[in-house]
Amino acid sequence: MRKYTPKDNVQAKSYYTDRYWVAPRVPREAVEEGTHFADVVKAMEKFAKESYIEVGTLVIHIDAKENFEAIKTLKEQCGYTQCSEQSAVDYLAQDGEFELFYQFLNVNEAKRVRIVCRIKKGEAIESIVPLFNSANFAEREMFDMFGIKVNNHPFLKRIIMPDDWEGHPLLKTYPLHGDEFASWYEVDKIFGKEYRDIIGPENRDPARIDRYDTKRFSRVGYEVPFGEDISEGEKEQPIEYSETLLVDYNKDSGKQLDHRK
Amino acid sequence: MAQHQVNYASSAGLPIALTTVDHLVNWGRSNSLWPLTYGLACCAIEMMASGASRYDFDRMGTIFRASPRQADVMILAGTLSKKHAEFARRLYDQMTEPKWVISMGSCANTGGMFNTYATVQGVDRIVPVDIYLPGCAPRPETLQYAMMMLQKKIRRESANMKKNTKQNLRLV
Repeated sequence: MRKYTPKDNVQAKSYYTDRYWVAPRVPREAVEEGTHFADVVKAMEKFAKESYIEVGTLVIHIDAKENFEAIKTLKEQCGYTQCSEQSAVDYLAQDGEFELFYQFLNVNEAKRVRIVCRIKKGEAIESIVPLFNSANFAEREMFDMFGIKVNNHPFLKRIIMPDDWEGHPLLKTYPLHGDEFASWYEVDKIFGKEYRDIIGPENRDPARIDRYDTKRFSRVGYEVPFGEDISEGEKEQPIEYSETLLVDYNKDSGKQLDHRK
Repeated sequence: MAQHQVNYASSAGLPIALTTVDHLVNWGRSNSLWPLTYGLACCAIEMMASGASRYDFDRMGTIFRASPRQADVMILAGTLSKKHAEFARRLYDQMTEPKWVISMGSCANTGGMFNTYATVQGVDRIVPVDIYLPGCAPRPETLQYAMMMLQKKIRRESANMKKNTKQNLRLV
């Protein structure tokens, strides 16, 4: 029987992975007293489940249900007035959860804070658009790519993929080359399903050489006329070199070394 | 003044030149190929360079038109995403006959390096392509050469587009 491989991550993987290789982790530092981040941690005390510093960014884990209140506090009390990024990471195969993150910038202090929370599949998150307009597109993109619904978003609609697209491409369960729907999308949309047979499936290997296609390919030494049927094998035509152009007039003049210098 | 005088020694002594309608029509068509101003990705930068003064498409009668109704050639320059395929086809449909398509660059030819769910794997899946132009991105000379190849192709065709069944049979 064939060895079972988990199907919840069907995206392209490297062919070779070292079984003793451990993914390097960024070191986590504790928040020192008296710094700006210490004040932030104090203000966020009510919400924070865990907080530490990673590469100069304060990371605060919160409960997903309190995200709006927590971010409101961060904006109004700590001066983080810019939301530079918001998205999610698919950890469904590993933990059965999505990890959502919000990245904030305090312009006066030149400091960044990341708010991280986790939600289960099918759960919705509260929109932070009333606080940060820049989260509008980011939340729409998160909905488009992961299918995470955002409550009270002003216009929750796909932003990158077409409106009639099926599936959420950034999920680990989504194949990199697209599913059945994706691979026929443009054909179905423009010509209709009945044209699938005429147009044919996608060629996912454009470097492929069809040995029997004599209209586009020819084999050196086995040249045949254009478009000839060679399914039953072709005659060998040995390569003939010109005897007048490529004559070696100095056949005997070269010196062959008998030992290395 | 002398050069305007009729040379009675040639053309059977008549001030005329004999040709066929096909030749005449194709002479006109091939020397005024008007492409659609339509860029999809980085290949379009090379296409713009071809149209600008250094490479000068105008000397070949190739002038970019802003409307598909006035264009003869569609240069699909760049990555065609599946979301956009519908609109590319619509622009192609809006062009009047006769019309030709140049697929410019690896992405338009085969999907190129975008071997993903969101990219059309070769624009010949949605429009009939006359010239496939390799390169990533092709230099302006390459596009000029493609245009000259297309001119050669047009000059070989029949002026009556209905006779060019090969083209009509391909893809709708």
